[in-house]
Amino acid sequence: MESRTGPAAPSSCSHDGCYRPVPGCRAHAANRGPPGVLIFVGLGLYDERDISVKGLECVRNAGHVFLEAYTSRLMGTDISRMERLYGKRVQVLTREDVELNQEIILDRARTADVAFLTGGDPMVSTTHTDLRMRAAAAGIETLIIPGASIASAVCALSGLQNYRFGKSCSIPFPAPGWFPTTPLETIAGNRTLNLHTLVYLDIQQERYMRVAEAIELIEAMAERSGTPAPDLYVGIARAGSGRPCVAAGTGERLKSVDFGPPLHILIVPGDLHPMEREYLEMFAGL
Amino acid sequence: MVERVTELMDKPQFIRNIGIVAHIDHGKTTLSDNLLAGAGMISEELAGRQLFMDSDEEEQARGITIDASNVSMVHEYGGEEYLINMIDTPGHVDFGGDVTRAMRAVDGAVVVVDAVEGTMPQTETVLRQALKEGVRPVLFINKVDRLINELKVDQQEMQIRLARVIDKVNKLIKGMNEKMYNEGWKLDAAKGTVAFGSALYKWAVSVPYMQKSGVSFKDVYEKCQSGDMKWLAKSSPLHAVLLDMVVKHLPDPTVAQKRRIPIIWHGDKDVSEGKAMLNCDPNGPVCLMITDISFDPHAGEVATGRLFAGTLRRGTELYVMGTAKKVNRLTQVGIFMGAERIEVEGLPAGNIAAVTGLKDAIVGSTVTTLMEMTPFEALKHYSEPVMTVAVEAKNMKDLPKLVEVLRQVAKEDPTITVSINEETGEHLISGMGELHLEIVTGRIKRDKGVEIITSPPIVVYRETVTGRAGPVEGKSPNRHNRFYLELEPMDQKITALIQQGEVSMNQQALERRDVLTAAGMDKEEAKNVRAIEGTNIFLDMTKGIQYLNETMELILDGWREALAGGPLADEQVQNLKVRLVDVKLHEDAIHRGPAQVIPAVRAAIKGGMLMANDTLLEPVQKIQITVPADQLGAATSQIQGRRGQVFDMQSEGDTMTVVGKAPVAELFGFAGDIRSATEGRAMWSTEFAGFEVVPAGIVDEVVRAIRKRKGLKEQMPRPDDYLA
Repeated sequence: MESRTGPAAPSSCSHDGCYRPVPGCRAHAANRGPPGVLIFVGLGLYDERDISVKGLECVRNAGHVFLEAYTSRLMGTDISRMERLYGKRVQVLTREDVELNQEIILDRARTADVAFLTGGDPMVSTTHTDLRMRAAAAGIETLIIPGASIASAVCALSGLQNYRFGKSCSIPFPAPGWFPTTPLETIAGNRTLNLHTLVYLDIQQERYMRVAEAIELIEAMAERSGTPAPDLYVGIARAGSGRPCVAAGTGERLKSVDFGPPLHILIVPGDLHPMEREYLEMFAGL
Repeated sequence: MVERVTELMDKPQFIRNIGIVAHIDHGKTTLSDNLLAGAGMISEELAGRQLFMDSDEEEQARGITIDASNVSMVHEYGGEEYLINMIDTPGHVDFGGDVTRAMRAVDGAVVVVDAVEGTMPQTETVLRQALKEGVRPVLFINKVDRLINELKVDQQEMQIRLARVIDKVNKLIKGMNEKMYNEGWKLDAAKGTVAFGSALYKWAVSVPYMQKSGVSFKDVYEKCQSGDMKWLAKSSPLHAVLLDMVVKHLPDPTVAQKRRIPIIWHGDKDVSEGKAMLNCDPNGPVCLMITDISFDPHAGEVATGRLFAGTLRRGTELYVMGTAKKVNRLTQVGIFMGAERIEVEGLPAGNIAAVTGLKDAIVGSTVTTLMEMTPFEALKHYSEPVMTVAVEAKNMKDLPKLVEVLRQVAKEDPTITVSINEETGEHLISGMGELHLEIVTGRIKRDKGVEIITSPPIVVYRETVTGRAGPVEGKSPNRHNRFYLELEPMDQKITALIQQGEVSMNQQALERRDVLTAAGMDKEEAKNVRAIEGTNIFLDMTKGIQYLNETMELILDGWREALAGGPLADEQVQNLKVRLVDVKLHEDAIHRGPAQVIPAVRAAIKGGMLMANDTLLEPVQKIQITVPADQLGAATSQIQGRRGQVFDMQSEGDTMTVVGKAPVAELFGFAGDIRSATEGRAMWSTEFAGFEVVPAGIVDEVVRAIRKRKGLKEQMPRPDDYLA
């Protein structure tokens, strides 16, 4: 057993019936197959303490801990604080590691339990379905511990009803020869059905797209395709933190709002239900 | 002089834009200099010795012309003054790219042929380049005095020999463009489209001028024999005869552009720029094609080009097609007079312009006042880079300077390609042959003052497929995007059409489809051409796939990356036809971005090429050697001993001409070897003859050697390496 500074592992599993046995739970040791489970753990939204209790137990008991830090990022913490809480070294993975060199991860999981950490929920906006399938194909057992996702947090912060969201989309930083206009098409498609659109904003290394940039890109897409740009947006920053920022209004107004540090996300609402409107007036300065 | 030139600039019917083309050493530069002297541009005493047009020190030292040079002069004919803009072009085959560019700028060409040697391989090459660009030829048979004084032919034999040269050139013209030949481009001494003379001794004769001067062939023969060529130069001066021929028989820009624009520009002829160019309209939008870029220590980058429409002035705001739409403002507008550049107020359509301020232009750029314009057809080079040297700065501190100099060199000479070896960080320069690369690297040291170390030259290879493969599945790194491709070799007929510029992406889609189907391409395929790169083609055969449109540019990027270096030896790919038959894409834009799509397509093409029997091609040169009959064996063994092949031998008197070909890889040191094998009595020339398959017996060995040199895995690659 590795040395650690955190509290001791539980002596028995407190969650049977929900999932297959939590690794490290001695009561279920008899049921265990071959050693090594790949456990996808969602870390939640903002800092190291957003992980679930069950997730934390898994991490503390894992033989090795990987952190995928390119699709999302916990802005309220850093690696050393996470390591202190887990009592484990955390190995950070790049996109290439996860997409092209999965053997790094799978090799570890053949002989020991491996925790694979992602911000938010491991399977919502990221693409780790592929890794789970590869593990299964390699005969490695897998387990998923969900985390709080931005997809539900936006409902709480904006008051927009979860039932009324259509397809979501993301806005990439444009690259030479590549300026997709499909995000605007998705927004327009949802709009004709009178639905809201959740718009994820691109993250590239140390570059985080902000609400104002995203609105400008949407307006550029609108100009390019000759369609009108949306007239109402809801911008949200630092969901899950103690001091989130939420603001609703026209593109012109939101571009002048200082949302503060990342991460940012955007919603383009459909027609507002009276409850939604009142909520936004009360909490988002509409 | 300058005032006379500027006065004529805006009268297109009094302008002739001409080039002088020939095989090496047939006397182009001597001719150009004496034309200039005759027109009063340089002193007569200096001409012929000074080689005014050879402004590069290296040119004067080597006695050959390396770059095309420009000059303008005034000539009086029939009581009117004419402005003659002339470009002298290099004849050495290693510099063929310059000839191609010069032919784009001019409307007429004086083809110079040595009376003793007759037409040579490069005569054919340059003539083909001229006709391809719609440039009308006249002929000057030079060094006639040598026939009389060295070969001692009699008067009748002289006439027979001269007639034979004319016949040979006519045969070439007829073979290259029978339509124009029948419509009056056939050369005819009686009509005055042929002149005879000696550029060195500054005399020439033509049938029309004989009527004016009274000088006959009999006089020519006698005066040459008696050594009184001064009399000939006085009674029938070179510049008068030649420039008369140019003015009378070569077209002015208004006539020439009507014929040439449809050949060199495939946009819509009914839009404003199309009409303006056809009419050489100085009031239309500016349409300028850059044919040369040089560096002036004071003014910086000077771009030279043919102005087909509009008027250039200082401050004119222009756009360079194919670059970010940034305004380039002209800081100077002028014309070239030899090495001097003369500034003018405004320069109208039909002239050859020299301007500064075009920061974004490269040789071949289309420059215009319009935001959007179909670009001119790309300059087709009949020779391709066949050899590479690696260069590095002697002193590390010169590295930034070297990078800048290489950028300039590549801008000045479009037949050079400069690249960086990612592994070693070396800079690689590829050119047309040993001599070409020697000149380029020499110039970096001498003119640009950067001390460099050069590696021995390396042969440039190509890759192509000989079989079919597919559909091959290319997966993106996140595996959410899949591309299904089919690969096969290009039909040779279609390849030829692309090389000749008959098929290109600048063309209207309908027109391209018709040309392709006429050449036997499937109708569906012809309709779906998405890109052409070199002699490779990309076809999108899919139907109604969502999001494909905004992903296509990334797919093409991946395809281009694979073409830049094939799987076998990381050498350029040619003659590959790729069909995109199906695509699966992720719903969200970020998950189908550049980092996903480009590697997927690149891997599918590289893996697919290995499945389609990827093979290596090597550059081959045509060799012509003329030797005394008793040296024939030595000459043929010089070809055959180099994996070469002799396919023709002809005798003329006691000399033999051997024609054959051999791979460039075996031709290192050929110049020295042929000299010692034939006791220095061989005359020879080489010419690019395309890429051919490396023989099966040695291909493995060659591939391994290249892979080792490039730091690739020495093990032969397999499709699985790319398609995991």
